[in-house]
Amino acid sequence: MAKKLAIIASKGTLDGAYPPFLLASTAAALGFEAKIFFTFYGLQLLNKELNLKVSPLGNPAMPMPVTVPSIVQVLPGLEGFATWMMKRKLKKKGVASVEELREICIESGVELIACQMTVDLFDFKHEDFVEGISSGGAATFLEFASEADITLYI
Amino acid sequence: MSEFDVEIDSSGLNCPLPVLKARKALADMTVGQKLHLIATDRGANKDIPAFCKMTGNPLLDSSEADGKLYFTIEKGEANG
Repeated sequence: MAKKLAIIASKGTLDGAYPPFLLASTAAALGFEAKIFFTFYGLQLLNKELNLKVSPLGNPAMPMPVTVPSIVQVLPGLEGFATWMMKRKLKKKGVASVEELREICIESGVELIACQMTVDLFDFKHEDFVEGISSGGAATFLEFASEADITLYI
Repeated sequence: MSEFDVEIDSSGLNCPLPVLKARKALADMTVGQKLHLIATDRGANKDIPAFCKMTGNPLLDSSEADGKLYFTIEKGEANG
């Protein structure tokens, strides 16, 4: 019987998007049955058009080419610049894009589940999500997670 | 170096792309055929053997030369 991987994706930032899609796509390649349950800000990872950002603000461990004091990080454009820099670095180092990893997840049968409660909470629409997304609640996740070999909260 | 049927060059690509490319190539191959995988991702040194072990595709050979990693993987029975 196939091993099972259950992930809760709760972050909607560019850096937060990598672990769930990267691990689930690799798990599928290793023959796992994998499901990702998207809740709160993680729901942004399901949008057809991804506009994910990374912010150095409140993230003192983020490597920056020059030291940028927190008071300066609130200036308009700083977040956009940090995101642009990060995307350029990812590409230069041959790291797959989030879109690419998400596509591989879908192709390889990873089930992507939108948390219905947070979809309603934020007035998100299923039409805005990529094709093939299912929806469910806490019990849906727990049922699968109770039989999973690996369960991660990201 | 052993002979092979399919070759995939994942040079320049980082984790987990070498594994995902190997998986995709093996899916289109028949049992007993050999895949030659080239990688520059240092993590592949551990990741490819782990992938082979978990998917039942025997790793026949691995070597390193000029900063590149070379793997020969046989398509196993268990692999779908």
